[in-house]
Amino acid sequence: MSVSLLLEMAASNDPDRTAIVADGVRLTTQELSDLADGGAAVIAASGAGHVAYVGTGGAALPVLIFAAARAGVAFTPVNYRLAGDGIRALIERLPEPLVIVDDVYRDTLGDVAPRLTITDEFLAAARGAEPAIAESPDPDSVAVVLFTSGTTSQPKAVELSHNNLTSYVMGTVEFASAELDDAALICVPPYHIAGVGAALSNLYAGRKMVYLNAFDAHEWVRLVNAERVSTATVVPTMLDRIVEVLATGDHDLPSLRTLAYGGAKVGLPLVRRAMELLPRVGFVNAYGLTETSSTIAVLTPDDHRQAHSASDSHVAKRLGSVGRPVPGIEVQIRDDHGAVCGPGDVGELFVRGEQVSGRYTGIGSVLDDEGWFPTRDVALLDEDGYLFISGRSDDTIIRGGENIAPAELEEVLIEHAHVHDVAVVGVEDPHWGQVIVAVVVPAVGIDPDPEALRDHVRTHLRGSRTPDHVVFRDELPTTPTGKVLRRELIKDLGELPAR
Amino acid sequence: MVKNGTRLASQVCDTQVIVVKSADSLDDLRCGGAPMVPIGDERSSVEIDAAFAGGAVMGKRYVDDAGAEVLVTKPGAGSLSVGQTPLQLKEVKPLPASD
Repeated sequence: MSVSLLLEMAASNDPDRTAIVADGVRLTTQELSDLADGGAAVIAASGAGHVAYVGTGGAALPVLIFAAARAGVAFTPVNYRLAGDGIRALIERLPEPLVIVDDVYRDTLGDVAPRLTITDEFLAAARGAEPAIAESPDPDSVAVVLFTSGTTSQPKAVELSHNNLTSYVMGTVEFASAELDDAALICVPPYHIAGVGAALSNLYAGRKMVYLNAFDAHEWVRLVNAERVSTATVVPTMLDRIVEVLATGDHDLPSLRTLAYGGAKVGLPLVRRAMELLPRVGFVNAYGLTETSSTIAVLTPDDHRQAHSASDSHVAKRLGSVGRPVPGIEVQIRDDHGAVCGPGDVGELFVRGEQVSGRYTGIGSVLDDEGWFPTRDVALLDEDGYLFISGRSDDTIIRGGENIAPAELEEVLIEHAHVHDVAVVGVEDPHWGQVIVAVVVPAVGIDPDPEALRDHVRTHLRGSRTPDHVVFRDELPTTPTGKVLRRELIKDLGELPAR
Repeated sequence: MVKNGTRLASQVCDTQVIVVKSADSLDDLRCGGAPMVPIGDERSSVEIDAAFAGGAVMGKRYVDDAGAEVLVTKPGAGSLSVGQTPLQLKEVKPLPASD
């Protein structure tokens, strides 16, 4: 099945519905379909083997996803925030690409590829083009290639097939199930899997997509009210800023029904604060990876409310879980020897399902013989099948031979009133192998005592979990989607005084 | 066996489907009582069977006991069956929007 089918169905079902609102531009599903047809013709005429997009997104993203699909060519949105040589290095890995670039990034790119066009010019050409006959690509051929953020190594090129993406959308979204007045506010970047997922799933659900390209919390609040937004998805750093704005002013968001967060772990105090500021909003925690075509587990609004009001600690704990797997996804936790763990035991998360790609350009598939994908995330399942993620296995600290998940300490430290944000990392040490360093962003106007924070951890966790050092920073280095850049943090820490 | 991704059309109404999960049973997939044919193929002039006129609903998935699953990509007046056995509407649990 081609991703193009999603648009075909949306356009035939309700051609005159507003599908996209972006920077004052409004497109109906039929107009989007016509643009995708014209765009496909422009792509086909260029003779390109791949389409790359460097830009902030908005209407261009869905247009390009579908235009490339209809031309039978794979599509890659590239991180426009990278430096010129970083972008060029990624584009050079794509076969004979047509590069489509927003005007403002044209000069950054330099002489990257023989086929290059400005986004506005591409869209104008698409509007005027005679539609080509749509290709019906092999369902197992690649529709979208996304580069991982490469926080720990060189970015990998994840290949998502038409089948992966349509399985995700059709498995998790009921066609045309959105209410007439539903609108989704999209502020995740186009090069992130959630950006691609949002364009496909909201279109299929029949939900108007409102794009906010350059995130600003005040503008976000304004747009929610101006466009009567009913659902939105944010990454942790955005949620933090939105909560700040909501807490300081008299802002009501009467149209908002659900607010999803994901992309990286969100501290529980922030989740609770957001729930208290927006008591009528249903919160959704979505967990997924690029390699799994977006969301594979969801903590629903009901799960949130139950956990938040629970007296049973077992249920209350679930506020920190990513919920249960979506339909079509199987999960397994495996120990170091590959044996499947029981409930409550920590191991590596493996997932399986049609939406799971696990395939990289130049590397091939990393699925095992039975189709399981190793996520490299450390996780556990509780007795009721709720999934808890405690970070990347690469980030595990090994101190004196003991494995310590940074998340364990972070979850305790973030609950301290003097802590606004925190990342715990392992730093090389001649005696212990690694020592534990807590990098804390203090709460506004507070100058916390490092010893008090160490005591706080000591009263909640085993002694071996006590941070060897507590250092303070004004902010943590993160990717645009809120993942803490731990390598950068460790490099920046440099030599620590001996303890 | 019909391949996954195959698109079929009704001969007696507007219904079109795409095969999501194939099974041998789909060799006898019918709509409105008449065999479904590849989109674009010539249609024979048969009437809709009144026993199979419940309709196929846009965007819904239909399944049978053999594990076959088809998705309705264009709605129509005929209902889907394998031979004389109607396909069942697939029950789905609604999920909140997450991306």
